[in-house]
Parts: sequence; structure tokens; C-alpha cells
Amino acid sequence: MLSVDRLTVELHGNKILDGVSISVADGDVLAVLGPSGSGKTTLLRTISGLQQPTEGTLRWDGEDLSVVPVEERGFGLMFQDYALFPHQSIGANVAFGLRMQHRPLEEIRARVEEVLDWVGMTGLEDRRITNLSGGEQQRVALARALAPSPRLLMLDEPLGSLDRALRERLIVELRQLLVDHAITAVYVTHDQEEAFTVADDLLVLRDGTVAQSGTPEMVYRRPADEWTARFLGFRNIVRARVIAGEAVTPWARFNTTADNAEHTFVLPPDGLTVDPDADLKGTVVGRAFRGGHYLVQVAVPDGPTLDVEVARNAPTLGAEVGLRIGSVVAL
Amino acid sequence: MGRRDAAVTNATRAQRVDGAGRLLRSLAVGIPLVFLIVVFLYPLASILITGLSGDARPLAAFGDVFAKPSLRGVAWFTLWQAIASTLLTLVLAMPAAYVFARYEFPGRSLLRAAVTIPFVLPTLVVGSAFLAVLGPNGALGIDLSSTIWAILLAHVFYNYAVIVRTVGGLWANLDPRLEEAARILGAGRWTAFRTITLPLLRPAIAAASSIVFLFTFTSFGVILVLGNLEFRTIEVEIWRQTMSFLNLPVAAALSVLQLVAVSLILLAYSRYQERRALEQSLAPASSTSRKPQNAREWWVVGGTLSFTAIFLGTPLAILAERSLRFGGEWSLAAYTSLGDGADSPLFVPATRAIGNSLGFALAAMAIALVVGILASTVIAYKRGAVSTWFDLLLMLPLGTSAVTIGFGFLVAFDSPIDLRTSPILIPLAHSLIAIPFVVRTVVPVMRTIRSRLREAARVLGASPLRAWREVDLPLIARSGLVAAGFAFAISLGEFGATAFLVRPDRPTLPVAIFRLLGRPGELNFGRAMALSTILMVLTAVSIMAIERFRVGDTGEF
Amino acid sequence: MRVIAICLAFGLLTASCGTADEAPPSPDTLTLVTHQSFAVSEGTIELFEAQHDITVEILRSDDAGAMVNQAILTKGNPLGDVIFGIDNTFLSRALDAGILEAYESPGLAAVPDDLKLDPEHRATPIDFGDVCVNYDRSVINDGEAPKSLLELAGEPARGMLVVENPATSSPGLAFLLATIAEFGEDGEYTWKDYWADLRDNDVVVTAGWDDAYYGRFSGGAGQGDRPLVVSYASSPPAEVIFSETPLDEAPTGIMEAGCFRQIEFAGVLAGADAPELAAEFIDFMLGVEFQEDIPLNMFVFPANAEARLPEAFVEYTKIPDTLATISPDVIDANRQRWIEEWDAVMLP
Repeated sequence: MLSVDRLTVELHGNKILDGVSISVADGDVLAVLGPSGSGKTTLLRTISGLQQPTEGTLRWDGEDLSVVPVEERGFGLMFQDYALFPHQSIGANVAFGLRMQHRPLEEIRARVEEVLDWVGMTGLEDRRITNLSGGEQQRVALARALAPSPRLLMLDEPLGSLDRALRERLIVELRQLLVDHAITAVYVTHDQEEAFTVADDLLVLRDGTVAQSGTPEMVYRRPADEWTARFLGFRNIVRARVIAGEAVTPWARFNTTADNAEHTFVLPPDGLTVDPDADLKGTVVGRAFRGGHYLVQVAVPDGPTLDVEVARNAPTLGAEVGLRIGSVVAL
Repeated sequence: MGRRDAAVTNATRAQRVDGAGRLLRSLAVGIPLVFLIVVFLYPLASILITGLSGDARPLAAFGDVFAKPSLRGVAWFTLWQAIASTLLTLVLAMPAAYVFARYEFPGRSLLRAAVTIPFVLPTLVVGSAFLAVLGPNGALGIDLSSTIWAILLAHVFYNYAVIVRTVGGLWANLDPRLEEAARILGAGRWTAFRTITLPLLRPAIAAASSIVFLFTFTSFGVILVLGNLEFRTIEVEIWRQTMSFLNLPVAAALSVLQLVAVSLILLAYSRYQERRALEQSLAPASSTSRKPQNAREWWVVGGTLSFTAIFLGTPLAILAERSLRFGGEWSLAAYTSLGDGADSPLFVPATRAIGNSLGFALAAMAIALVVGILASTVIAYKRGAVSTWFDLLLMLPLGTSAVTIGFGFLVAFDSPIDLRTSPILIPLAHSLIAIPFVVRTVVPVMRTIRSRLREAARVLGASPLRAWREVDLPLIARSGLVAAGFAFAISLGEFGATAFLVRPDRPTLPVAIFRLLGRPGELNFGRAMALSTILMVLTAVSIMAIERFRVGDTGEF
Repeated sequence: MRVIAICLAFGLLTASCGTADEAPPSPDTLTLVTHQSFAVSEGTIELFEAQHDITVEILRSDDAGAMVNQAILTKGNPLGDVIFGIDNTFLSRALDAGILEAYESPGLAAVPDDLKLDPEHRATPIDFGDVCVNYDRSVINDGEAPKSLLELAGEPARGMLVVENPATSSPGLAFLLATIAEFGEDGEYTWKDYWADLRDNDVVVTAGWDDAYYGRFSGGAGQGDRPLVVSYASSPPAEVIFSETPLDEAPTGIMEAGCFRQIEFAGVLAGADAPELAAEFIDFMLGVEFQEDIPLNMFVFPANAEARLPEAFVEYTKIPDTLATISPDVIDANRQRWIEEWDAVMLP
């Protein structure tokens, strides 16, 4: 089990990480979600030992890691853009960590074969790295990180540079692989869908601090603040005052359990429907086809424009529509 | 105008552009080729033929070379000292290559420029300073003069910059995450370096090593001053056979031997050049270097830089110190007396030598730039055999003995125009030596200009020529400035080739220093040291100017 | 074809092919071929130029050896009209190669006979200087200075002497010749035995005179630690004259035995464009103005016995009593063998 306690990293006077605490239980996958520049990569580099923390402690099963050099931590890190050794074949790349452990040749060969099989690259040991596609490189990098059976696997935007279709397929495979082999992992990404798919636990990082943590469902259902909500993809957000169990927004009044104060409310996309009979009226000012649905932007008087998902028969630009508000989440 | 006419006009315009392109291409091949044939190959062939036909039994001289134990010894010494020098240079300069590539620290680009100064200083100047460090009264306290160590260390001194620049250049572009990946996979610091970084640096190491090997294989001044002829390279032996004995047949045979050896080295070098183009995950240099972060890193940086400063700086500092001492006291007497003409053994005021040197350096720079850049376009844009052989041919003067070239000029340029004593020979000889450096600086930049940039310009409506002018030229122009600075510095410090020309009374700085050192008297010695210091400063200025114009880290020097 | 190629190449670099000088002998310039060490006072050459209304162009080679070799390589189409600086060690090579025209200058009348080494007068002696061992007077008292070559190989001189390599240095060769003249090639104790003794007495060999004098010698401007060096008899006055603060006495002295005399010759180059002017220049060089200018510029003695020596020169220069002599043809015939044998002794 990995526990990181109040980790702070300063580089050239800038606090890249500021008091970050996390823990990952054995066999769990922690997804670290955050925009670029939030300190995700630095977090992984610090855990792996490539970066010295300014303050805070790192422990594995209670053992202080600060005196353990990088190569003896027994962790695996899959780099963004993979960092495959260009002068070595696929097999040699995957075997590298095993050779460092001075395993017998036979065992190394068997393990390389096995791990390549896991990632669907069976029998390609002798191929050169330089002419692999992005997806293939990703698989080799994963195999290389997995081969020495690290106690902790860290993945830094592993699917970042792949196209969308490939990414959606690989993320599912990856989750399966991690679960099947009970691998403890920290998975860093800026993509919330990826994070939701792969994670047992989720941690949202903002400017080097933890904005929120919890299970993916918890985080999605109750974002900690407006920034997190927006980062998670919520668009219809509004501040409103609650008076005696009723929130007054420019669009409508809701009943809420929140106390009497100013609150931020989020309307999930599926909490809004087009209904000609609804009281709230607006004009369609934007309309985009998204494959499975349309995203329609509706301007309402005296309030921010609302984004509505419409499955079919989307209203045309300029049309007057009525909107029905379903569930509302108070932050 | 009808459609048809427009089509015709377009066709003729295309033809015209095509014709212009063809003319440009043939000029690019033609000018350097003619230059090389006239200024290098023809004089070389003339003197070799003169030498070899001087013997009643042609080719017998080759037999002598192989039969005589002393000459065999010379060949053997040449080879092993070159190998030893190259290895020693690699070992001593690699830490600096690493530190300059991987760390940011105050004054980095200034220091990197300073490292290059020894590379272009004339050997006779540094030889005496080296004696002051390694000699019996030397700063080191041990007498290494007349030992092989003095020679090896002087070779390291001269070639340090080649490793720092060439290996450091690639190192700076090497993704540091590769080594980090190895560390995480369980490799210690040394294992990660040995298994990952070293193999990836191999093309640069091989290229730099072959350059250092070439320079040390043909070493002349260092061996002469520090080796006292106890140690002789083939180059020194050619000079001795020619000058002392006028034994042209043996000198010619040795020259051919050296040319063959040098061509083999260069072939190996260009093969690595080709491979260097091999795909690697290269990162921009700015992203791979950072400030030292902990005590250990500060020690590595500080220790390496201190070693570099002491090793390279001491001989240079001694020169400067000597120029400022007179009659045992600090004094500017040596400098103030440089303007005296009457009692100076230079026959002209020493200051005029500075003017001469600057003039010759400008001319040499102009010639080297024109020929070098044209040749670079051929080498960079034409791949394969043509490019390789052209490259090799241009490098060959570096491996040819200065005496051979000097005497070659004498034999070859007698008719139809008698150029044997023309002052133009000095910049011509200098440019022969500078051209390979121009090419080495410009070609990598030309090769990195991705065709996609040029295509983008085409799509935006530029003609091929226009696209070249708008995209390639500005980038090449900057590397051209770098090359110009280098050519200028090389010409300033050149002594060997100049010394063996019969020349009108226009001493260059190194020649003036040499002449002053040939006279007894404290004033003459002081003047020689003052001129050496001035030479050093001029060289430093031109090298520092280079750094301002460098395009990224491309280019090998 | 050659014309076109050369014009093409140089047309770009120099003005043009048309300006090249292909005209028959132009009487308005005289070209002097000489070496690095040639020096005269300002105004001396101008005297000749004014007398004949011509320009004297000076071409320089690296040293006397290079100059002679270059003259031999350009035989028949010489680089200039008159050559100056051939010394007696290279004289035979120059004479045998036939690069000089005979010319008997009237000035020779004032030159002592022992300097006239070429009976056919192809080479005219202009100056002479002696190569002698110098000592540092701050280390060695005048009374204790070595008095013979043999003493240099003795225990008191151990680790003190610096010599130049005879293959690369003209004083080095002169010193070797002095030892060969002294000890000979045959007998109980040959010159090779002597050099073996020098070697065992920890002698230092340098490539050139400057390395020896400035690098290893302790006297005068020298930066080294050895008090004995092979240099010139005229080095002590040079130390006096080229010093910033006036010196009362020379900081160095010379050992008067084991000196070798170098004589420098001038000659008219065979095939010269202006042979008459060249001959007149030789007369000029033997003339009193030029001869009296020689000592303080080149630090050698004028060949013309009528030339007055400058005071500083007379005061601080000694002319050694005994001189070693070997005739130029013997030197030329044996040079390579001697140097190689010397190599074998010194660099086993």
C-alpha cells in the first residue's frame, strides 16, 4: 500500500505540488485527474523517486521511501510518449527490467512472451521500435512496465497521443488487465472519461493541490466546487441564494435541502429536457450534431445560456423552445 | 489573354525556373569542385608526382617506407598516439559534454564558447604555455615535458571542444526520460548510462572520435614542440624528410600513406554521419536541461566546470600573464612597444600583423563561405554516394600535410599565371582548412529544415526558388554566420600552411609571433606573448559571436 | 584547359586574369627571396630603391632550409631575382642544384678569405655568426663556466644543458657539426660517444631555438631552469639591447670553445628576370651602409671587414678563439646520415 503524506515539491521557487496526500490500497487503481500543469507528472516522478520532494513523506507498506534510490523502489512507470529505447528491439525493451533483476535468461524469455501476450503483441519480440504505430508503442511500453512485476504501476497519460476510437478500446482493455492481474496502479490523465473508466478511486488535482477525492461516482455526483464541476464537463452552473428550502435562479425556483446561504447549483445535461409545455422559455442560439445526440444551446431571458442534450428532432436555430428542469445538484 | 496563351506562358515560365534551378545546381556542384581541383588536388598531384618521379625506380620510395624500421616506427607511433589521444579526450571531455548538455547554470553559453578557443589557437603559441605548465618549473610540479603525456594532454586540450560540442550537442537533444525509464526498471545510474545513454550517443561519439582521431593522427605542431622529434608522427616525418633532407620521394610516399589512412578514417566517419540521421526520439535541448537540484548535482557541475576551467584555462592564463610581466614586474611595456617598427625584428610594426591577419581572415572567410555553402547544398540535398564522396573530398585537406600543400602550390602555380608568391595563396590555403568546418556547420542545419516547411511555403503560393529563399535561406544564413565566425577564427590562428608558403612581407599574427620568438631579448619575448594574447582575444571574440547566431543546437562544432 | 580552369577559379577571387603579370622582365622591381630572420633598419632597402629607382619586393620562406628547398623546386623559373640567407650547411645543396648564377662582386675584396667558400662565386658571403653555448650569469660565474665541449658532458654540468634538435633547428645542426669537427667519426672516442655521454648527463633536446632559449634556458628572458643553452655568440648583446630598462652588463655569457661558424650567403638566382639588378643588390649588401646595419638587426657580424661595428655590439659580443669547421660539401654529403645517427644515439 502506497501512502503519500502532505507532499510538497518546489522547482525554481514554484510550488508544483502543495501538500498532496494520497493512499492507494493493494490492487486498487487510483486515477489522478487534472488539467495540464496541475502537477500530475511531477506527482508520478516524485513517487518513482526521479524527483526529490521538498516536504512530506512517501511510504510503501509503512517503509519510508526517501532513502530508497529509484532503481530499488520496485515501481513501474509508463511515460507519456512511452520513452521506449529506440536502439533496442521490442523484446529487449520488455526484457530490460528483468535483466536488471538478473533473472535467468530462460525465465526472462518466458516472461517477455507472457507479457507481450497480455498486451496483444504475441511473437513480435524481434521487431524494431522505430516503425511501430502509436497504439503498438503504447502496448510495448505497458508490457515493459509490467514485465518486472512492479509493486506499483504508474501510468502517465498512457493513451494521450492516440486517436479517440483506439483510446476508447484500449482503456477498457487496460482496466481489464489491471483488474485481472490485481495490479496496484496510479493512472494520470486529463480526460475524465478515461479516469472514470479505469479508476477505483479518483483524485482531482488543481494547481498542485487536491481539489477533490473519492470514488468516481461520488466525485461525479457531487463535484466539490464550480471549478471541479466545470473540469468534469458540467456546463450548466449557476449561483443562487437559498431562502427557506427554496433556491432562486434566473431560470426557475427549486426546492433544495441546502441551508439558507448562497450556493452553486449544477444542472446535469440529462437533467434538462425540451418540453413545449414547460414554463421556462428560450431561443435556440446554437446547435451541434454530436453523433449520438445534438447539443443545443438555449438562451433564456435574464440568465446564462443553457446547454441541452437532445436525442432527436432537435429544434432549429432561432426556434422558441420550452425547457423542463429535472434534477439539480447543490455543491 | 486566352487560356491557351496563359498555359503557354506558364509552361515557359516553368521552363525558365527549371533552367535557373539547373544552372544553380550545376554551379553548386561546379564551383566547389573546380575550387578543390585547382587549389587542392592539382597542387597535391603535382608535388606527389614530382616527388615520386624524382626516384629512378618509381614506387621504390614506398618500399623504403615499409622497409626502414625508423619509418615503420613513425607509422606505428602515429597510429597508437592517435588512438590514445582520442580515448583520453573522450574520457576527459565526456563529463563536460554531459554537464553542458544537461544542466543550466549561470554563464553556460559563454563557457561553452570559451571551451572552443584552444581549438583554433596556433600550436606554437600553446606549446610554450604548455611547457610552462608541464615543464620542469611547471605549475603542476612534475616534469612531463618530452614525455608522451605532454603530447597526449596537449591533444586533449586542443580537441576537448570537439567532444563537448559534438557529443554534447546530441546529448542535449536526447530525451532524458529514456534514462529515467531505465532507472525505474531497476538500472543503477551507471547501468542506465551504459545500456541506454551510451548506445544512443554512439553516432555522435563515433563522429567526434573520428574527427579527433583525424586531427591527432595528422598532428604536427604539438608533436614538434612537445615531442622534440623523439616522438614523430607521419606528418612530422614528411616535414623532416622534405625540409631537412629534401628527400621528396620518401616524403611523397609518406604523404600518400597518410592520405590513404585519412581517407579510411573519413569514410568511417561519413558512414556514421549517414547513420546519425537515424530516427531517434530527440527532444528540444531547452527541455532536457535544468538547474542542478541537490548537493550531488551541484558537485558534479561544479567539479566538472572547475576541471575544465583549470585544464583549459591555465595555459591560456599563463600566456596572458607573461605578456603583462616585464623585468619581473607587471607592465604594459610589451603592448606599448608593439607599434615600434624600427628596432623590431618583424621589419614592420607588430601592430600591422594584426591588420594583415584580419584582412586575410576576412578573405579566407569569404572564400570558405561561398565554396562551403554551395558544397553544403550538394551534400545536404543529394543523398547517397555523391554526397558522401563530396563530403570526403572536402575533408581531405585537413588530413594533408601543410608542407605538402605549400610545396604543391610552389610546383603547380608557376604557369600560366605565376601565383606562387601571390598573397591570395594565404587566404586560399586557410579556406581549404576552413571549408570542412563551414560544411560541418551548415549541412546539419540544412538537413533539419524539414521539407514540410518548404511544402507549406509552396502551398502558400511560393515558387520552388522562392520557397527556398523564404524558408531555407534565413535559417541557413544564421548557420552561415556561425560558420563565418569559425572560418574567421581558424584563419586567424592558422600557422602551418602559412609557414610553408613563400610569401610577401605581410606577416600574419602567428607568423609574427613565431618570428619574435625566434629572437633573444626580453622585449621580443614580451611582444610575442602580447601578440599571442591579442590573438587569443580576437579568437575568443569571434567564437563568442558565433554563439549568438547558433540555430538551436544543430551543427557539429 | 589548365588556363581556363585556373582563370575560372581565380577570376572569381582575384581581380581578373588580365592583370596577371606575364610581361618580360620588368626593370622596375627587384625581388629578394629570403627567410624569416632577415631584418634591416627602416630606410636601408629604400636607399637601394632610390639609387636605382625601383621597388624591392621581399618574399619570405619559413627558414633557410625551406628557402633553399623552395628555390630548388622552382629552379629555372625562380620566385625572385636574388636570394639571401643560404648558410654554409645548405650551401652545397644549393650549389649542386645549380640554382645560382656566378657573380663576382667587387665588394668581395674587403671580405676575409675564410668566408669565401665558393671559388666560383655563385654564393657571396654577406654575414657570419657563431653558434656557441650560452650560460646564465646569474647561476654560473664567468670563472666557473665550462671551457670545453667535454666539460659539458661532465658531472658539474649534469642536468644543465639544453640543445636543439639538429633535424629541426639550424643552431642545433651547427652544434652537432661542432661536435663532429671536435671528436671526429673515427677513433677511440667519436662524436657519437660524446653525445651518448651528453645524453647520460641529462641533456634536454628541444625542437627549435625558441623552445630551448625561452622555454628551458634560465638566463635572460628565458623562463626555464637550465643555465646552459646552445644559442648564438650574439645572444648576450641582444639581451642588452632588447631590454626595457638599460642593462650595464649582459645577463648571459658565451662559452668560447666548441663554437661553429654559420656564414650566410647571397646569390643571383638562375633564370632571374632582372639579373643585373640582382648583381647590383649583392654589391649593395656588401656595401658599408648595409653591412653596418646588419649587427643590430640580425645579430651577426658583417662579412665586410671595413664595416664598423656598433658600440653595444662590440662591448657585449665576443668572437670565439677557436672555431670548428667542416666544408659545405662534406656537410651536405653527410647531413642525413649524421642526423639519423644522432637520432639513434639520442632517441634509442
